[in-house]
Amino acid sequence: MAASVTAPGHRLGDTRRLLRALLPSLSLALVIAAIAWLNPRAMSYFGFTLMLNLAIPIALATLAQMFVIAGNDLDLSIGTFVGFVCCVSATWLRDTPWLGALALLGCIGVYACLGALVYLRNLPSIVVTLGMSFVWQGAAILLLPKPGGKAPGWLQAIMGVKPPLVPFPVVAAAVIAAVGYFGLMRTSYGAILRGAGGNPVAVRRAGWSLLKAKATLFALTGAFGVLSGMALVGITTSADANIGNGYTLLSIAGVILGGGEFVGGRVSPVGAVIGALTMAMAASPLLTFLRIPPDWQVAANGAILVVVLAARVLIGRKGSGQ
Amino acid sequence: MKRGMMTLLARPWLWSFVGALIMWLAAITFTGGYGGGGMLTAALSLSVFTVIVGIGQMFVITLGPGNVDLSLPANIGLASAVAMKVMDGSDSRVALGLLAALGCGLCVGVVNYLLIRALRIPPIIATLSASFVIQSVDISYGRGLQIKPPPGFADFTNIQIFGVPLLALLTLLLVAGAGIVLHRLVFGRSVSAIGQNIRAAYLAGVKVEPIRFATYALCGVLGGLDGALLAGYFRGANVDIGNEYLLASIAVVVIGGTSVAGGKANIPGVWGGALFLVLLLTMLNTFGVSAGIRLLLTGLIIVAVITAAGGAKAAR
Amino acid sequence: MTQAGAAFVTLGGVEKSFGAVRALGGVDLDIAEGECVGIVGHNGAGKSTLMHILAGGATPDRGRLSIAGEDQHAYSASRATALGIRCVFQELSLCPNLTVAENARVFHPAIRGFNWRGRAGRLILDKLDEIFPGHGVGAGELIQDLSIGRRQMVEIARAFTVSDQPARLIILDEPTSSLDAHTAGQLLAHVRRSVAGGLSCTLISHILGEILQTCDRIAVMRDGRIVVADRAQAFDRASLIAAMGNVETAPPPTEADRRAVAGSERPVRVRMRPKRQPDAQDLVAREGEIVGLAGLAGHGQTDLLLATFAAAAGWRRGGAVNAAVALVAGDRQADGVFAQWSIAQNIGISSLARLRAGLLISPRREAALANSWRQRIAIRTQDVHANILSLSGGNQQKALFARALASAARIVLMDDPMRGVDYGTKLEVYGLIRDEAAAGRTFLWYTTETEELKNCDRVYVFRDGIIVAHLLRGELTEERIIQSSFAGAH
Repeated sequence: MAASVTAPGHRLGDTRRLLRALLPSLSLALVIAAIAWLNPRAMSYFGFTLMLNLAIPIALATLAQMFVIAGNDLDLSIGTFVGFVCCVSATWLRDTPWLGALALLGCIGVYACLGALVYLRNLPSIVVTLGMSFVWQGAAILLLPKPGGKAPGWLQAIMGVKPPLVPFPVVAAAVIAAVGYFGLMRTSYGAILRGAGGNPVAVRRAGWSLLKAKATLFALTGAFGVLSGMALVGITTSADANIGNGYTLLSIAGVILGGGEFVGGRVSPVGAVIGALTMAMAASPLLTFLRIPPDWQVAANGAILVVVLAARVLIGRKGSGQ
Repeated sequence: MKRGMMTLLARPWLWSFVGALIMWLAAITFTGGYGGGGMLTAALSLSVFTVIVGIGQMFVITLGPGNVDLSLPANIGLASAVAMKVMDGSDSRVALGLLAALGCGLCVGVVNYLLIRALRIPPIIATLSASFVIQSVDISYGRGLQIKPPPGFADFTNIQIFGVPLLALLTLLLVAGAGIVLHRLVFGRSVSAIGQNIRAAYLAGVKVEPIRFATYALCGVLGGLDGALLAGYFRGANVDIGNEYLLASIAVVVIGGTSVAGGKANIPGVWGGALFLVLLLTMLNTFGVSAGIRLLLTGLIIVAVITAAGGAKAAR
Repeated sequence: MTQAGAAFVTLGGVEKSFGAVRALGGVDLDIAEGECVGIVGHNGAGKSTLMHILAGGATPDRGRLSIAGEDQHAYSASRATALGIRCVFQELSLCPNLTVAENARVFHPAIRGFNWRGRAGRLILDKLDEIFPGHGVGAGELIQDLSIGRRQMVEIARAFTVSDQPARLIILDEPTSSLDAHTAGQLLAHVRRSVAGGLSCTLISHILGEILQTCDRIAVMRDGRIVVADRAQAFDRASLIAAMGNVETAPPPTEADRRAVAGSERPVRVRMRPKRQPDAQDLVAREGEIVGLAGLAGHGQTDLLLATFAAAAGWRRGGAVNAAVALVAGDRQADGVFAQWSIAQNIGISSLARLRAGLLISPRREAALANSWRQRIAIRTQDVHANILSLSGGNQQKALFARALASAARIVLMDDPMRGVDYGTKLEVYGLIRDEAAAGRTFLWYTTETEELKNCDRVYVFRDGIIVAHLLRGELTEERIIQSSFAGAH
């Protein structure tokens, strides 16, 4: 009897879930279709390489943000952190590689400590990371008071690879998504990390350390933030302390666009990368083709975010109605 | 007497003033006592703008975990442009311009609340998204115009009485008013109740949603007021005029002893925190340190203060 | 069957108090290997406390706990797990954002390395197949997408899974609360099979038929003690109910009874119907009445109070409430006190409109209000400006009563507010409630303490979210309430 009662609801839930799962890809398809319609010539190897130029660092920063969000936190410092990493890469990493590498590893350690601090003192991560955003920016300015520096040659070479047929950013995005997916969704410890966001009490009762989980999540954020900064400086070849400032919003938007939620450990690495690509293309190529004046591009980004969140609420509401 | 001493020491806002005093002493020691008075006057003038938005942010943060208004900088920027445009350089239109700025801030607050309520977006993202839209409106609205305040208004914002800025005196009234609102009005009590325990507040008959609406609206209005005054003080509106008030508004609230966990607001602390921040920067400037060190230290102090304050919450 | 094996668990003289409240007053109980012990008792009898002690979640104040022949001294939840004690409590302990297989992995640290998902999925699915054939749950499904019944099935199956640590004793606390009759039957059949295979079980259920059919032995608890423990065959439904309650007869008609009859002409204040009520049974409360909501804890009484509260605010339809309401919370810390405020502020929050002088709240009036109630209700404090947490639990509760009674509300909802309150305080509050009712206030009083229902004019008994009985004062005995609270079968 139970089966016959629950079956229709079950199927309705399925379509809702499918719709939710497809929302990130649909948004990306919509953006690409719009660009294709506005400017068919952009649909080429060269066009995609150009349009998705900055998508790699954005995707990495988005994954970084996704790890803290998986633990019900938020990193408002990821933008300035990416900027700081750029500065380190364009100076120390080029001039004295061992010092640069040590500094970047140290940054990951700082992130792990922040995670431990947030957990042990039960601090709101927003305020802590807001404070840290000033620390990173200050350190970046100290390191590189004026825009300049030069990315190490090998970094530029990596970012300049031209694989046959498929543009490099697309290949890189696929690799990043795969690494994120296997790391968080398919490893046995990844399940614990997500579980700690979903039901911390149950995870602790099963004998796991929440401190370790939180520190790991923050360290992963730091690690992907480092990769994002290195990728960014590899593309731009020189650095600037303010170069990453926009990444805080882009990364949060990417995670949410990709189906992540702020609480409950509900995140999707593949969705986050798709969300990042969408944001990267919507952030300027689409708006340029739409001839939206530069004045309104920031507003358009905010509006896209609001529209997507509204769409999700609508889908969710249909579900709760029955 | 001794007990009075103890309760005074137990007040967290006191420490923000003590911190501010230390910063000032350090700065005048460095200059050999030169310019101490001027330093204070300048600090009072500048702190006013942080205090006004700090009060708004304090009410929002007091609503409880997750409540924060990140749209203040954009709000300030837009309101400054609107105020200057409506005033149109004419002293007779000052009142109209101020009203327009307040109305503009009110609209921002209302939009913020609607995004939070209707779309069920967490306040951080709602106010951040709103701030992007507002910023664009501001850019396109104020483009290509040299927006100057009417001379009378600009002078008004710079008047000093025996070295004390008039604006600081007026802000003192505002702060006193905020104290009355917080402690003696049903609204303030309700905000504090919601911040301590939203469910208990609902069950005790507090009208939760209207109060939340009013709080975001109030914060928006204060942001609008701040925008107009800033444009007068700095003799011109511009898009970036409010940028530093994002972190500053949150920092002064936290440094001043307001609980980030909600429910516990502290009004004198907002002023203490603002003075502390301004004097910290003044001190670092007199020491001649670079912008990088300044940012670094500001960030570290905020993290340190929140870490120290977080312990009190855990003890509860 | 009964004496199947050696004792796996032995409890000797176990005592536990929470503050002034004595939850367990010396419990002796053996659970043999290959035995299923049923535990029944009314609210507050001590069942849950006893199970938490067994699971390592609470430490007894006094007494002996011996497991697998060893006395346990530093006993804890992790020690319990290592000894093979598993529990299924009412609150779900699954991570909603993980799949069924991943939840099994969280529970079994040993499942790791290559193909862990496959192995975890196999482990949990095999157990689901074994317990609930035709369950319709996939290993890759997220818990949040499952119906509440299927979640409960996963929770139960997970407790029975074995990887590196053995399962020796399964504690089942109301395991069938979200299951339909068919799956509940499957579970109980599985319990019988496991027990035959040497596993031990303890079963708590409000459905007496389940207990009688499934258990080898039944222990009846009352007031923190085991009053009877015997073979299941020695009991039937009637004797279980008799054992759970105190033997007593209905009190003779009193003044209150006459009031109840006379009250039927008074205006109706509240008319509410539980959401899932299949018949036309409404809960009705008139002016000046004290109406009790009884039944086992968590069977829909609080939901009805919250619905009444919402209906009064005009936010939700589905009932009629025609006067202002105030609520006295039962869970003080979660729903009641404002921890950063003084006693006076806590009392005044529901009366702010009346405390104003002009626009401003008058601290003088607030203190006067608090002081008048401090005297009326005997809140033991020197200073109403002291922080609310400086009061003892019972006095905090009095402050919450004062908050509701001081307000202008004509209807007062009480959500089991006397939990953990000492006897003296209770008597004072009962008197106050009767006085207020005589002055025309209406009370809806959910309580888990049968003794308190004697203060009520009429009582509605709840089970599984609906009203199952309506007792007038003259019909009110503990036996009648227990009889309605415990179902015979599904």
